[in-house]
Amino acid sequence: MGSITLEKVSKSFGTTSVIPEIDLEIHDGEFVVFVGPSGCGKSTLLRMIAGLEDLSGGRIIIDGKDMSKEAPAKRGLSMVFQSYALYPHMTVYGNIAFPLKMDGQEKSVIDKKVKDAAHILNLTNYLERRPGQLSGGQRQRVAIGRAIVRQPKAFLFDEPLSNLDAALRGNMRLEISDLHHQLKTTMIYVTHDQVEAMTMADKIVVLNAGRIEQVGSPMELYRSPKNVFVAGFIGSPRMNLIEGAEAAKHKATTLGVRPEHIRISTTEGAWSGKVGVTEHLGSDTFIHTQIDGIGQVTVRTDGDFDTKHGQPIFLTPDAARLHRFGADGQVI
Amino acid sequence: MATLQTRATARIMMSPAVILLFLWMIVPLVMTLYFSFLRYNLLMPGTEENIGFLNYQYFLTDPAFFTALANTLILVGGTLLITVIGGILLALVLDQPFFGQGIVRLLVIAPFFVMPTVSALVWKNMLMHPVNGLFAWIARSFGLQPVDWFAQVPLFSIILIVAWQWLPFATLILLTALQSLDGEQKEAAEMDGAGAISRFIYLVLPHLSRAITVVILIQTIFLLSVFAEILVTTNGGPGIQTTNITYLIYMQALLQFDVGGASAGGIVAVVLANIVAFFLIRLIGKNLER
Ligand SMILES: Nc1ncnc2c1ncn2[C@@H]1O[C@H](COP(=O)(O)OP(=O)(O)OP(=O)(O)O)[C@@H](O)[C@H]1O
Ligand SMILES: [Mg+2]
Repeated sequence: MGSITLEKVSKSFGTTSVIPEIDLEIHDGEFVVFVGPSGCGKSTLLRMIAGLEDLSGGRIIIDGKDMSKEAPAKRGLSMVFQSYALYPHMTVYGNIAFPLKMDGQEKSVIDKKVKDAAHILNLTNYLERRPGQLSGGQRQRVAIGRAIVRQPKAFLFDEPLSNLDAALRGNMRLEISDLHHQLKTTMIYVTHDQVEAMTMADKIVVLNAGRIEQVGSPMELYRSPKNVFVAGFIGSPRMNLIEGAEAAKHKATTLGVRPEHIRISTTEGAWSGKVGVTEHLGSDTFIHTQIDGIGQVTVRTDGDFDTKHGQPIFLTPDAARLHRFGADGQVI
Repeated sequence: MATLQTRATARIMMSPAVILLFLWMIVPLVMTLYFSFLRYNLLMPGTEENIGFLNYQYFLTDPAFFTALANTLILVGGTLLITVIGGILLALVLDQPFFGQGIVRLLVIAPFFVMPTVSALVWKNMLMHPVNGLFAWIARSFGLQPVDWFAQVPLFSIILIVAWQWLPFATLILLTALQSLDGEQKEAAEMDGAGAISRFIYLVLPHLSRAITVVILIQTIFLLSVFAEILVTTNGGPGIQTTNITYLIYMQALLQFDVGGASAGGIVAVVLANIVAFFLIRLIGKNLER
């Protein structure tokens, strides 16, 4: 069991309000990702759920019990820190066994649980090493091992992959998703990387300046962003956000169209302009174009599309997939 | 210093300093060594002659020597015990945020700036004096018999004074070590269900081990040669109860004018210091690696 409910949770440091007021429902077994730009309060929110930070207002309910004032250890949650926070003078075994030892469990029970966790995480050969003798990815797995042995109600991850290189990050993403399917435990995952959010989440919570902009499944957020912020944040490359006369034609203040929803042609189309920088990714090509009367528009097309810098180009947006936003930034 | 060229240059540049330091050390050492084989008493000028190991024989078979050796070790050990434990506790307190933290930290460091002679005098006359001292006054106001510190527990009194002087040093080193403990590690331990005491044992203490080693090594070097505090307070007495090796050598040289005997004592002290250092490094030096 691991359902978590936030009721009117708020936080201020002194006079600066970091989180004005948040209501959120997290169901048992869900993989929830908090995503948002740097400094928007993701870590603060996670630490409040963990009990490492006091609430300024509101309640946190875990499995139906009000845990707002409980000590971190009493909440039954495990956390994986960005810096891993392994205990440097203990072996991998000691690190993973530590929460069990603190819980006063028997030696034989501890041994079995540590070995099991090490097996799941491919750490069996490293149990006698110290954290200083491990690679980044292995340390990450030890941190996860330390979190899973307690069999917590929920896991909290604070940007666990941001210290790893791109290839390893991709691997660990899969491993964590895999772990979630194995354990079926609630997971709350903080990241500022929207790719991590899209690929791992059952439910994404987009935060901006301490407020929730939108909650939904990855595809919901992709298909129907509620406002300009979410539209610009979710999806890669970013959605083109067009203002001015072209937007007014569609009775909107801001017109959004994703790079993959624009047809590109060298001969004819609704918008005309010139090719700017072209990025070849092999499978895809991102073409940054300068469109007359609109400005910069990015288009995504297949890998073989060949263009030259400065070449005239024509674009046609997919009319069914236009996003229209009003003056308040909300979708119309 | 990657290339041969830069290494050679570096050697030439360093040599004046190295040579100076070497001379600084070797000249007094050789002279002491030389004196230690002479009959050299200032009361009998003109009778200097080589007497082999006689000075050493006298010094090492002197019953005072073993008392002095024991006193030296007790003094070092006792002071280390008080400063390390006290230093850890003080550092833990000073690491907490509280009002007036800056002032309190300054006050804690203050004893380190007081000269040994001055602090020993203050302790002797203002704190531990059996009639006028603060401790005696406190004891009397509770209706107790005041302790005559330097008569009843002379060595312990000296340890107390020396420990008071070195406590700031230990506190300072341990405090900086404590401040470098990663905050997320503490939080992780908190989430893992470790209480304050467990966190101290499993997290803080191992983290401090290196700093504690440094404190022990450095203090040992200085504590082996405590002198001013003894001279000012007890003069090595009563009897020879507070005479350490340093003080014994002083008595030999300046009270009995026996330069040869004192030199032999000095060499013995050097050897002893090296033995202590050797065992210390063996015992705790591996903490410094890693
Ligand atoms: N102890 C503190 N005292 C004052 N302000 C704080 C404190 N901790 C965080 N803040 C502020 O709260 C805001 C949110 O911080 P938080 O660490 O939650 O951001 P974040 O979303 O995790 O950002 P990042 O992606 O960079 O980690 C920031 O503006 C930060 O300056
Ligand atoms: Mg953060």
